[in-house]
Amino acid sequence: MGRFHRHDDEPGHGHGHGHDPADHDHRHDGPSPDPDSAEHGDHTGYATGTERVEVLERIFGENDRTAAQNRADFDAAGVTAINLMSSPGAGKTELLRRVLAQLQGSVRVGVVEGDIETSIDADRLEGFGAVISLLNTANGFGGECHLDAPMVRSALSRLSLDALDLLLVENVGNLVCPAEFAVGEHHRVMVYAITEGEEKPLKYPVMFRSVDLVLVNKIDLLPHLDFDLPAFKRNLQAVNPGVTVLETSARTGHGVDELCTWLQAARPHEPAAAG
Amino acid sequence: MHELSICHSIVDIVGRHAAGREVRTVYLQVGALRQIVPETLRYCWTLVNADTPLAGSTLQVDSVPGAVRCRACEHRQLLTDAVLVCASCGGRDVEIVAGEEFLITTLDLAEA
Repeated sequence: MGRFHRHDDEPGHGHGHGHDPADHDHRHDGPSPDPDSAEHGDHTGYATGTERVEVLERIFGENDRTAAQNRADFDAAGVTAINLMSSPGAGKTELLRRVLAQLQGSVRVGVVEGDIETSIDADRLEGFGAVISLLNTANGFGGECHLDAPMVRSALSRLSLDALDLLLVENVGNLVCPAEFAVGEHHRVMVYAITEGEEKPLKYPVMFRSVDLVLVNKIDLLPHLDFDLPAFKRNLQAVNPGVTVLETSARTGHGVDELCTWLQAARPHEPAAAG
Repeated sequence: MHELSICHSIVDIVGRHAAGREVRTVYLQVGALRQIVPETLRYCWTLVNADTPLAGSTLQVDSVPGAVRCRACEHRQLLTDAVLVCASCGGRDVEIVAGEEFLITTLDLAEA
């Protein structure tokens, strides 16, 4: 348990030679022990020519270090940072417009707007007194599917944190990848549209589990859909027991008061799920 | 497709530890609760390392199943689906104790 199988093959007959590497994926038959205390392979007697070096380094380590820097900057400036995530088209930007309109004049808001291409969403958020910093993630490989901490750090250089109370990071629309990358946020908030179906929390549990607040959006469509709201809420509580839920409609403005109240009451704390 | 950017992070860490030596195998521990697809990860590894000194290296993925501990009754169990509920007492106050690992454990390097 927690131990690699032996690698004492002859030189030239090691892994990746003549057989599918997938054959070498193997599963433990029990919970893994703490990585730091795990035994990592047999360090004696494998064939000459190969030396095993212990690394034990978290792959998200660099991202998390930058996230911690971002968070330290937020804290020093007294800014509450929110990472807003959802699938594409759930209504993040339209809800943000409502929030910006409502908070204008009372809360100093900055927005980091993440999109693979275009400034369309950033343009939609203009005119409410908020400072917008656009991050396009196109990278030649079709574009990053998420914002990571270094990207957000680069966007911060175009914002003056000292002039803000609240920073809303609108992540790239995606139900998978953004959940894996901490950006330094104090809270994670998710917009879920009822057109997406009741089973989504069970299909994308990592995202639904990582958030402090779920906004059940497009609630004005409820009379027109077969959507089973109690079933959705049961599924959500199954993967994230006790999570706060607010019903919203970016179209009618339903629930926006409650959302703004939640945002203003949000005080910096350690996020539940760091990458 | 965050596997691509993840591969860049792995390349950085491996490069630091290999210090110029030939890398044969990179061993990873990936928890089942991570949204990492090993096949995609291996594909991206070949993609980002084509025409680099890491081109001939292999990623070896060791999967770690998810497990939870019930804070109420101390029962420990493997997670077979996403639902966080104690199979012993039915309580929902459970904490994840395994399955979120994502680290490079060891490297096989050519002997200097």
